[in-house]
Amino acid sequence: MNDEKVDSSKLIVDGTAVGEAAVDSQLSTINSQLAWQRFKKNRPAVLSAWFLVALLLAIVAWPLLLKTTGGSFAHIHNPNQLSDAQFLPPGAQHWFGTDVHGRDVFSRVLFGAQVSLLVGVVGTLVSLVIGVLWGAVAGYAGGRVDGFLMRTVDVLYSLPSIIFVIVLITTLGELLKHSHLVANSPALAKQIRVMLLFVGLGAISWLTMARIVRGQVLTLRTRAFVEASRVLGARPWRILARHIIPNIFGVVITYLALTMPAIILYESFLSFLGLGVEPPMASWGTLIAEGVGQINPIRVYWWLIVFPGGVLVTTLLALNFLGDGLRDAWDVKSK
Amino acid sequence: MYFLKRLAFAVPLLLVISALAFVLVRLAPGGPFDRDRAPASPEIENNLKTKYHLDEPVWKQYGRYLGDLAHGDFGVSLKYRNHNVNDIIAQGLPVSMSLGVLAFGFAMAGGLTVGFITAARRGRWADYTGSFLAMLVVCVPGFVLAPLLILIFAVKLQWLPVALWDSPWHMILPVIALGLYFAGKVARLTREGMLNAMQSEFVTAARAKGLAENKLLFKHAFRIAVLPVVSYSGPMLADLLTGSFIVENIFQIPGIGVFLVNSSLNRDYTVVVGLALLYAVLLVGLNLVVDFAYTLLDPRVKYE
Amino acid sequence: MTLSKRARRFFSRARFCFLNCGVLLVCLLPSGCARHEPPADITIINAAEPESLDPAIITGQPELRAVQGLFEGLTRLDPKTARPIPGLAERWEISPDGLVYTFHLRTNLVWSTGKPITADDLVYSWIRALNPATASDYAGQLFYLKNAGDFNAGKIRDPALVGVRAMDKCTVRAELNHPTAFFLDLCAFPTLYVVPRQTIEKYGDRWLMVRPLPSSGPYELAAWRLNDKIRLKKNHRYWDATNTQSEIIDLLPVGSPITSLNLYENGQADIVWDKDLVPVELLDVLLKRPDFHTFNYLGTYFIRLNVTHKPFDDPRVRRALALAIDKNRIVKKITKAGEQPASHLVPDGTANYTSPAGLDYNQELARKLLAEAGYPGGKGFPRFNYIFNAAAGGAAKMHENVAIELQQMWRDTLGIEMELRQMEWKVYLGAQSHLDYDSSRSSWIGDYNDPQTFLGMFTSDDGNNRTGWKNKNYDALIREANEQPDLSARAKIFQSAETLLVHDEAPIIPLFFYVGINYFDTNKIQGIYPNILDSHPLQSIRKIKPQK
Repeated sequence: MNDEKVDSSKLIVDGTAVGEAAVDSQLSTINSQLAWQRFKKNRPAVLSAWFLVALLLAIVAWPLLLKTTGGSFAHIHNPNQLSDAQFLPPGAQHWFGTDVHGRDVFSRVLFGAQVSLLVGVVGTLVSLVIGVLWGAVAGYAGGRVDGFLMRTVDVLYSLPSIIFVIVLITTLGELLKHSHLVANSPALAKQIRVMLLFVGLGAISWLTMARIVRGQVLTLRTRAFVEASRVLGARPWRILARHIIPNIFGVVITYLALTMPAIILYESFLSFLGLGVEPPMASWGTLIAEGVGQINPIRVYWWLIVFPGGVLVTTLLALNFLGDGLRDAWDVKSK
Repeated sequence: MYFLKRLAFAVPLLLVISALAFVLVRLAPGGPFDRDRAPASPEIENNLKTKYHLDEPVWKQYGRYLGDLAHGDFGVSLKYRNHNVNDIIAQGLPVSMSLGVLAFGFAMAGGLTVGFITAARRGRWADYTGSFLAMLVVCVPGFVLAPLLILIFAVKLQWLPVALWDSPWHMILPVIALGLYFAGKVARLTREGMLNAMQSEFVTAARAKGLAENKLLFKHAFRIAVLPVVSYSGPMLADLLTGSFIVENIFQIPGIGVFLVNSSLNRDYTVVVGLALLYAVLLVGLNLVVDFAYTLLDPRVKYE
Repeated sequence: MTLSKRARRFFSRARFCFLNCGVLLVCLLPSGCARHEPPADITIINAAEPESLDPAIITGQPELRAVQGLFEGLTRLDPKTARPIPGLAERWEISPDGLVYTFHLRTNLVWSTGKPITADDLVYSWIRALNPATASDYAGQLFYLKNAGDFNAGKIRDPALVGVRAMDKCTVRAELNHPTAFFLDLCAFPTLYVVPRQTIEKYGDRWLMVRPLPSSGPYELAAWRLNDKIRLKKNHRYWDATNTQSEIIDLLPVGSPITSLNLYENGQADIVWDKDLVPVELLDVLLKRPDFHTFNYLGTYFIRLNVTHKPFDDPRVRRALALAIDKNRIVKKITKAGEQPASHLVPDGTANYTSPAGLDYNQELARKLLAEAGYPGGKGFPRFNYIFNAAAGGAAKMHENVAIELQQMWRDTLGIEMELRQMEWKVYLGAQSHLDYDSSRSSWIGDYNDPQTFLGMFTSDDGNNRTGWKNKNYDALIREANEQPDLSARAKIFQSAETLLVHDEAPIIPLFFYVGINYFDTNKIQGIYPNILDSHPLQSIRKIKPQK
């Protein structure tokens, strides 16, 4: 498939083509200052940013708080501590209630946030690195290299991602398990399983990024300032690093904020299938998968679905608003 | 000419995909005949492998597969041993497609309307509520939404059946559960498209000519605004038509989406490859259609 | 200004198209999707989609329940007791040494298509199940016949050497390797059912797609749509057709407990019959209702320990692990369906057998044994893993919940640390059979009502052993038991074998015995009786009009 024209025209219509404004790096600094000012005027986006900051603080502070206070408070709120207090509704002691093992749901949601956000961030970074490099090289090199790289993207695009994820997680897991490093340390094996999940999710999310970046690079490549530095004898890597990558920053950052929710959602889907993180570790996905069983005609332990689900949806909303805000801010056309 | 070239390119693409799926699914640990109870003798397992040619080298298996494929035969399912992949597709695809087409219609109708209204009423409460709702439905996972819909409309209110695929009444909840996410996406794309279009030169020019604002919105801005929606609808349709695991699973719908996931989990090699090919064919075909629609809608786009 | 005429034309055409499509959809939907099928008399939710309906190749419960309606063997199971009663054979003689069975078929047997069922058909069916080309998973059910194993392995080519022969049109003679106490039970098992030779020889692997499909059981196959439904209609030519209670039965393949419950509560299904189709979260409420029925079931949930990995090679360690588990908490807090905690492997109620005592909850002794093994207070005990399979698609997360409890119990009592390893189903199976684990969640459902189905699998060479545990005494005891024709002497030998397995050596730790759960309203549905095999022949199920 030749998507070159489609992609670039799509981007022009989307209004995300930023290259036109940045004629040189100085101008691009001014541009980003302007963007920052525009961003601050966007109330939902700023609010979302604050929410995410607060969430991050809570995630970091809560385990520290448990560690420092110790005693019965820490014991009750230990996310992995089993007790006889099964299915307690939310109350003074357990703010979000307890689950089937009598574990504190509030704690589990916060510890689950660690995993989910980490999955989101690392997965997004993996997709960023692969996507930007792949797209930039394809767009800049052109010709056969471009053809080969983009045909690969086409093939992967047309392969149902679930096949890829299952094979990646299971096969690599098996391979790594038999390496010496892992065989001697079960704890490390566990970490590796989580890492595989991160990488697997990133590895299926970079395709769109690669296409967008390539489209951007293609338009930038022919621009006067890039031509000029080429004529002046700059090396391709320098041109990529100095002129091209900074100029696609806006598109990339925007796209990142939109990739992260998608990856978090995908992880929760895998957890629903039983392919996510391993218990007793939890992610929002596993917590929700547990809670979904509670939506039934007989009796509803509502706190098991409302709290994890609510936090997940709010976070995704915040990320999306943030992404929108960033895009609007960097979007030259909507000035 | 350009489209013919793309069609020609589709053949090697499909070959590569089939080979990739063929090898990938065989790389995964475990095989189609691993069960929780071992057969009474190792020979029994060998008999199974011999029968389905799994004892041959992979390249030979693939050659055999391509040979069958040339005759339109996707092979026998290794899990559902009385059915071949053609049966599975013939039974499941029409169901998934009708569900997908309805959900597509729902997403388009709902999404375009909401997107249009929010853009036309930019900065007012209709915009805020509409945009927020559009964003919200994009953020709610399907496996939370579907049970909630069932609980409210089927169990508590008893307006609609809880599951199965029998009458038009049975279709309403799955269509909503499947289409709502895409409706949200379409609404957001439409709104953005509209806002961009209203700032574009030709709309400004039309406005300068003194066209009424409503007419402007409908006749001019809308046409440009749907372009991103059109390009999005290709992959969206491919996703919708090949079925959704979650929705088919929760509503007990005999579609193809359940197979797409379960065949990988079951290591049902032939079904995995067959469905991967089906998905690729749909995706390639729909993208072609979309690009063709693009040339009609937006003359700025030309393919050589 | 930039929009060309072309686009405008496209738009007007597109609008027209949309309109047309809309009208078309509205017209097509009701006609295309409402199926003109008469409603079924009884709708049953039957768990996962059957992999096959070929009696020779099925292995699972959902398949078995459907196939029981379509085909029959020499015997069938009594709907109340699940003991074998005459089926296609009206009587039989057993030689005094228990090695030769002579079956006399009924003389009025015909296929649903009208052709007679003969002794040759039966011999063909058994040989077919053993034929390597059929590739039957459960061919082992026939290995009790003379030379059957060798024929299946391809070591013998001539089917005439296998110990089954048609003496005349209505007499079948079966010759066994050993006296086999449960051979009549096996004759009621699908692998040994009679299947239509001509159809199979003509259509090969696709013979089940033929309509009308000749069936030998109480029902005919009217429709089979994957993940949609199996529709059975009464076979009026069945020899016992007068006692077939319902005309049309639908079997729905539903795997999700919540969906099953929703369908049942909404009146879209009459019977739900699989223990996995009951939402575990609601058991405490549901089990109090009169339409939920539990009964003992021939299945055990247990832990396998890999004795080839240190420190599980030490029986003291294995016994300590077993003694440290509070099985009562697991059945009370987690499984909650009234399961009995298990200290032995063979479920109570198994025919001709009573199990010996195993290891009960005893924290003191557990700590003492662990200390003796060189790990006082768990000091120096390596971290080890516990593998279990992921429950896909939101099904009950019981395995995970049990694992979490075990982790805590072993940590609290013995001071040892276990890692949970949740695995995708096929990976889990691979790890288990390649002994690539330390401890593993396991379960076993009996194939027939006899201790052999449980105890036989821990002999050294059995493919289901999967613990690496090899014990010559145990092997000898099992062999001896199976050659012993006297039932009570046989039971005694099995008891010493089981003591060795669950008390002295403990390569496995039984946790609890499954209970079967069905739900249906006894005021509307009759003919389903609780029994240890969870076997409910379709022909005896009937709907009664509610009395006012």
